[in-house]
Amino acid sequence: MVTTIEQPTMTQSEFLNVVMPFKDKLYRLAKRLLVSSEEAEDATQEILMKLWAKKKMIENYKNVEAFAMTMTKNFCLDRLKSKQSNNLKLVHSNYADGASSLQKQVESKDSVSWVERIMEELPEQQKMVLQLRDIEEYDFDEISELLEMKPTAVRVTLSRARKTVREKLLQKHSYGIG
Amino acid sequence: MELDNIEKLLEKYFEATTTEAEEKNLREYFSQEKVAPQLEQYRPIFAYFSQAKEERFTKQVPLKPRKNYYKWLSIAAVAVIAFGIYFGNAYQERQIEKEQALYAYNETKKALNLLAENFGKGTEKVAYLNEFEETKQKIYKHN
Repeated sequence: MVTTIEQPTMTQSEFLNVVMPFKDKLYRLAKRLLVSSEEAEDATQEILMKLWAKKKMIENYKNVEAFAMTMTKNFCLDRLKSKQSNNLKLVHSNYADGASSLQKQVESKDSVSWVERIMEELPEQQKMVLQLRDIEEYDFDEISELLEMKPTAVRVTLSRARKTVREKLLQKHSYGIG
Repeated sequence: MELDNIEKLLEKYFEATTTEAEEKNLREYFSQEKVAPQLEQYRPIFAYFSQAKEERFTKQVPLKPRKNYYKWLSIAAVAVIAFGIYFGNAYQERQIEKEQALYAYNETKKALNLLAENFGKGTEKVAYLNEFEETKQKIYKHN
């Protein structure tokens, strides 16, 4: 007998169960690229709503997390690109907020947050590789698939990023407060 | 873990040739209270990574998609407009029909009145016929 298996559409709580384990990773990747936490929150919200709209599709995906991370990466890179073409640089929005820059000055005494600021200055590709490897602990295969890079290129980029962080951190230490 | 080993791992770490397990060892080493003084400079790197891992997305996501809501709203609006046009037209048509009916009614009434008037005249004339009958009877009786 032939039976057609019709999958019932995902309910809201089922969707949240799928998304829950990696929603923070999406947010952290978005924040790494967009820097501003407000923009990262908006971006993550947007991605989750897009996923919800595609919920019929993601039922068939084995790795929803990788799919969502790729979406986040592309979304944020697009944002940055359109920002550049509009001449709206992130630096400006940071200057606008006096309170947060004061807070950053206070924080900068703490060498842990120096690392954060050093990472802000890295090229996007290096930011993402470092984020995915050292913070999210992805393996090289996952990273190369996500960033559409060859595994050897991932290693080269990662090494460059780690060395830059080390170098700049040493500079800050020897100059005192950066 | 031996200091010598950690230094070797660090070297590999910056060349990006460490395995996941080795990186885990490094993180564990730098999360300790006591770190060799010559390695103290690397502590902020690993401290920052473990701190960054703790960041959470706390915003609520409105999952009832707005798009759908607008879609239904527009469907409803179209339905209302179509309804309005259809019944508005029907209403107008009915008004016109009413006017036409009233006109026809008045015209018919006028025509009937005219007819009735002429009928009246006719009956008057028929009355003469009675006269004729009476005269005829008189003549019959006499004979």
